[in-house]
Amino acid sequence: MNSKLPDAEALLDHLVKSIQQDLDKDYALVGIRTGGVWLAERLYQKLAITKPLGILDVSFYRDDFDKVGLRAQIKRSEIPFDVNDAHILLVDDVLQTGRTTRAAINELFDYGRPASISLATLIDRDGRELPIAAQYVGAKLVLPSQQKVALKCAADGKLSLRVCDKSQTND
Amino acid sequence: MINRNPQLNKNRVLQHLLTTEGLPAAILLKILDTAESFVGVTERDVKKVPLLRGKSIVNLFFEPSTRTRTTFEIAAKRLSADVINLNIAVSAQTKGETLLDTVDNLSAMNADMFVVRHAQSGAAHLIANHVQSDIHVINAGDGRHAHPTQALLDMFTIRRYKREFHNLRVAIVGDILHSRVARSQIHALTTLGVPEVRVIAPKTLLPSMVERLGVHVYHDMSAGLKDVDVLMMLRLQNERMQTASLPSSEEYFKYYGLTPDKLSLARPDAIVMHPGPMNRGVEIDSVVADGKQSVILPQVTFGIAVRMAVMSILAGNQV
Repeated sequence: MNSKLPDAEALLDHLVKSIQQDLDKDYALVGIRTGGVWLAERLYQKLAITKPLGILDVSFYRDDFDKVGLRAQIKRSEIPFDVNDAHILLVDDVLQTGRTTRAAINELFDYGRPASISLATLIDRDGRELPIAAQYVGAKLVLPSQQKVALKCAADGKLSLRVCDKSQTND
Repeated sequence: MINRNPQLNKNRVLQHLLTTEGLPAAILLKILDTAESFVGVTERDVKKVPLLRGKSIVNLFFEPSTRTRTTFEIAAKRLSADVINLNIAVSAQTKGETLLDTVDNLSAMNADMFVVRHAQSGAAHLIANHVQSDIHVINAGDGRHAHPTQALLDMFTIRRYKREFHNLRVAIVGDILHSRVARSQIHALTTLGVPEVRVIAPKTLLPSMVERLGVHVYHDMSAGLKDVDVLMMLRLQNERMQTASLPSSEEYFKYYGLTPDKLSLARPDAIVMHPGPMNRGVEIDSVVADGKQSVILPQVTFGIAVRMAVMSILAGNQV
């Protein structure tokens, strides 16, 4: 089943190249926990970014709180730069419904008024429920609705993708 | 039937917060971890998250309190909930009935959560056993019984400054007998693995058989403070002098007031805590209260984040 999945490291290189073409924007990177942070850390190493890396945990902004309550593991969001007038590049591992991105945008606006927000994602898969699109995409993917694609991060920082049934995941 | 521990629902998650007694360490730690994220929120320009938008939280205070009520109110507002403050003075005779009638009326107005302070031990339990299963109750202090959010914010403060619980020596000093704060602190400290909890008080201010809670008893403050990492001072209520538990506040200060001299017996990096409001010159010297080992004001700040954590965890736990 994993054979048709693209290689995460190759997609990362592709993302780096496409973001590099726009680096005149002086992007500030913000990774969305957890997979987006791994990806953002790798992008941060490879790109000439001047502002420190930001991290968002969007748990307090999710729209499914009334259904599922608080997530088990919440960590604090860290935005170590002034959001006002910054060009922010949100980074997430997988873009599907767009609801996580919506939550992240809302949270960012509680830190200030950015000049712009763009989105980079390793996997842009089908199933959008909101009018949200990524500017930088590693690969597009169509999967059966009961399956999900997740990013894994090895101890040495190497990224890989895997597909699993939604019922088997615990996040 | 009265449910003896209605805090946990049938999924074994927190439905109400009534006491720290009997709560597993995992639940206490989840509250502390969630509060850590809320500290981040309270440091931003916009100190609000949309989590409890549309929820109504009723502060039901049958006993006067400014600080605790205010911190619950700020916590609820920072979660975007609507807050209704009710300060109700009740006569002793009508308490039981009035209490549940009041709760029924407020429930009929679609309250989602009650924050309850009451002079009678067990009041919050009574309400928790009475309300519908989609309503949550937080005990903000009941009689001499419990004050769990105070104990949790104390645990949060200790972890912030000392990182770990398992290597600490903690002393609780003062009126243990009448203190709901002390009881909640002892249960939380023990559950979180603090190996040595000491209580320091005159015999008249200690409950009988307090050792059963797993604490070491000291009547001499100098001996009790030796090498402790954390000092948790308690407020001495003035009415204790009238009921002859103590000769005078001067006498109390001489033996149990925290002065720089007595503090020097603790470890040099020991922190000094107090749940407030303080009686300067009775249980604590101003020099210590305002000194560099004092974490009394950070406790207040952390208290808001901890109450935000408790409210959001409860609100998210539906049967």
